[in-house]
Amino acid sequence: MLTITQVALGAIRAHGEAAYPNEGVGLLLGTADGEGKTAVAALPLPNTWAPDEQANRYQVTGADMLRGEQEAARLGLDVLGFFHSHPDHPAEPSRWDHEWATWPWYSYVITTVARGRATVTRSWQLREDRSAFDEERVQLP
Amino acid sequence: MTTIRIPTPLRPYTNSQAEIAVSGDTVGAVLGDLTRQHPALRQHLYGESGELRAFVNVFLNDEDVRHIRGAETPVKDTDRLMIVPSIAGG
Repeated sequence: MLTITQVALGAIRAHGEAAYPNEGVGLLLGTADGEGKTAVAALPLPNTWAPDEQANRYQVTGADMLRGEQEAARLGLDVLGFFHSHPDHPAEPSRWDHEWATWPWYSYVITTVARGRATVTRSWQLREDRSAFDEERVQLP
Repeated sequence: MTTIRIPTPLRPYTNSQAEIAVSGDTVGAVLGDLTRQHPALRQHLYGESGELRAFVNVFLNDEDVRHIRGAETPVKDTDRLMIVPSIAGG
């Protein structure tokens, strides 16, 4: 299960709204204990996809990810997964989210931003055999 | 020996170790040693074609080895490598 603190959720939703009508993206930072994860911070990162396609695509470079990993280490936190927004679309993994998924265990938190306002936030995890995403139980503040 | 830092989601395949000591003279050789020590990592780092998955980045002392000499990049015992994913989606 993933617990998201008020601070982290606020940052995720604010970044989705700020990026609207484009997709916003970042790292979910926190602690992991067995199967349970607690996200205490959200670190926005640049969406480096071509600007005219950012309404439905995102990309974060390896170099930006490295900086994010180093920031997590500096804070004594782990990278628990990633968050991104779906402007005017459901908070469910798209075909591209699945196609370019990284590893199981990571939380993929998706927030719908409808007409500029963050609405639904859900989380997903890639199956061990990479065949699909399953919804992860989330405890929100 | 060279040290490789393992990202959190891959630690279940390294007996929970965050850092692994590996031997070899190049990035390709030390990654080979890593997957020999922990064979379950292989499917998460390499695709069916045997190439590193496109989202897998290897940094040598904070520099992406793709910008150096890729798998042929020389490594020293004092070097530190990090495996970091890049992400994309829609």
